[in-house]
Amino acid sequence: MNIASLLASKGGNVITVGPQESIRSALGLLAQHNIGALVVVEGRGPVGIVSERDIVRALARTESILVQPIAAIMTREVIIGTPQDDLIAVGNTMTERRIRHLPVVEGGRLVGIVSIGDVVKAQRDQYQGEVDTLQFQILHEDEAKMRQAS
Amino acid sequence: MAAHEPVGTAERPLRVAIIGAGPTGYYAADHLLRQTAPVIEVDLFDRLPTPFGLVRYGVAPDHQKIKSVTAAFDKVATHPRFRFFGHVELGKDVSVDDLRRHYHQILYCTGAQTDRRMGIPGEDLRGSHPATEFVAWYNGHPDFRDCQFDLTKERVAVVGVGNVAVDVARILCRSADELATTDIADYALEALRHSRVKEVYLLGRRGPAQAAFTNPEIKELGELADADITVRPEEVELDELTRAALAQNPDRATSKKVEILQSYAHRPRTGKSKLLVVRFLVSPVELLGDDAGEVTAIRLVRNRLVATPTGTLQAKPTGEIEDLPVGLVFRSVGYKGVPMPGVPFNDSWAVILNDKGRVLDPDTKQPIVGEYTAGWIKRGPTGVIGTNKPDAAETVACMMEDQARGLVLHPDEPSRAAVDALIRQRQPLYFSYDDWRGLDGLEVAAGRRAGRPRVKFTSVEDMAHALGRRSE
Repeated sequence: MNIASLLASKGGNVITVGPQESIRSALGLLAQHNIGALVVVEGRGPVGIVSERDIVRALARTESILVQPIAAIMTREVIIGTPQDDLIAVGNTMTERRIRHLPVVEGGRLVGIVSIGDVVKAQRDQYQGEVDTLQFQILHEDEAKMRQAS
Repeated sequence: MAAHEPVGTAERPLRVAIIGAGPTGYYAADHLLRQTAPVIEVDLFDRLPTPFGLVRYGVAPDHQKIKSVTAAFDKVATHPRFRFFGHVELGKDVSVDDLRRHYHQILYCTGAQTDRRMGIPGEDLRGSHPATEFVAWYNGHPDFRDCQFDLTKERVAVVGVGNVAVDVARILCRSADELATTDIADYALEALRHSRVKEVYLLGRRGPAQAAFTNPEIKELGELADADITVRPEEVELDELTRAALAQNPDRATSKKVEILQSYAHRPRTGKSKLLVVRFLVSPVELLGDDAGEVTAIRLVRNRLVATPTGTLQAKPTGEIEDLPVGLVFRSVGYKGVPMPGVPFNDSWAVILNDKGRVLDPDTKQPIVGEYTAGWIKRGPTGVIGTNKPDAAETVACMMEDQARGLVLHPDEPSRAAVDALIRQRQPLYFSYDDWRGLDGLEVAAGRRAGRPRVKFTSVEDMAHALGRRSE
């Protein structure tokens, strides 16, 4: 499974901000859309990512940080995925490198963002589906055998 | 107008139309009918007379165990508030506007109905086909029964190593005796009985560890009555990147898969009449043809694996070219949904534009009241049959949440009788679930006489005729 299928049922609307917008506006967007991170975009491509954690950390240091531009606190070295990336590889990389949000880019254009929650949910649904399918087949086989025996 | 009274009561049930009677349609119906409140009525529509979608027309005929899931679907269909309308097509017999007049919620579960193209020169030469057409043909799909495949060719390439590709390769390699005990379409059995196919090449663009097929599937390929299997030792040898990835995140199933494939490298040929060759790290770059426009070979480029920033190992062409002479090519490089008239589509992912199953307005990106989607047309073609169960549950949860907030359609005629009247007028030759049970009984009885799971009806005319109904 690749991560395109995670993006397919996420509406296709990625919430982004510009690097010069204020941290307060980022906070507003996080609250409004009930999300944990924003991709910072300049032109068409992502230049960074700003998460609720980044803001909390900055606030703990200086309470007046909210008027500063996002560029002051955003993470610039961002790992970027493509829609064709394997779900398993993405899950492993995000877990190992403690990344909670992965911007996804295709042909230089930001096409989505995958959260660790999305990855866990997709993996859970995949395993649940397989277990359910196999369990049903086993039970069905047993029932058929019992019918034959009686 | 009393249209805004609460719905979901015994007097005014919440009426839901589900489009597409594949596994997702049934899983969704099941989730809906299990709700203790509200009271829900489900009408399940399919453009074919028969239910079960890809379980009937996709799952291979020699994989009957996988088809046993239909027993669960039949159970759903016994619910008193469930109805089935087969041979009724959205966009042809009924429109979305028709449905809006009779239902509070509409749920699209139409699957991924078409295949992805390889996008290479020569793709449309004679002898080059989508694997899905071959699958639908051997499974007796009424729309594909007249397809022609030139089985006088001795060498065949199947592009892809997903489960559809594996099914196609396996069916081509099966002996007539093996196929004769399955529910393969009669005409396909007859055609395959006279097949002259001798060598089948299954072509994967990445390495053995990245191939999508499952271990039981690849083991099964090694146990065919009439076909030997082989792989090239150098193609099943793990590259450094894969080795490193497996060392960091050990995965028993993947290691086992590689082990099974490597064991095929040194298997002696036992003189069976066919040979199945599984190739890795090759991508087709062109189909070569003769003057008559028929495929004569597939040109492959050798790949090596490179890691993306997320650790995905991707195929990268090396430039090393090889021509593999074949007379028949089946491509199975992915599937995609097709847009439906009146339903917003997301071209990037070839799915209905949606958020967790709520269909979105393409302009505002806000949910359209009363319209939902689930299954492959919601998330793309991934997972096994059962994966659609949690997927359908997610959508149904959205439907229930919206219903509780009063966000439903306000149909003018929310009644079963009104739908009956509409369908009788638009498609007199519709099939009810009782009709399906009748057909099912006849198919199974014919199968019993022939030592097969069933003998399928493969045309709407035959189905109508068997039930003593007249087809126009």
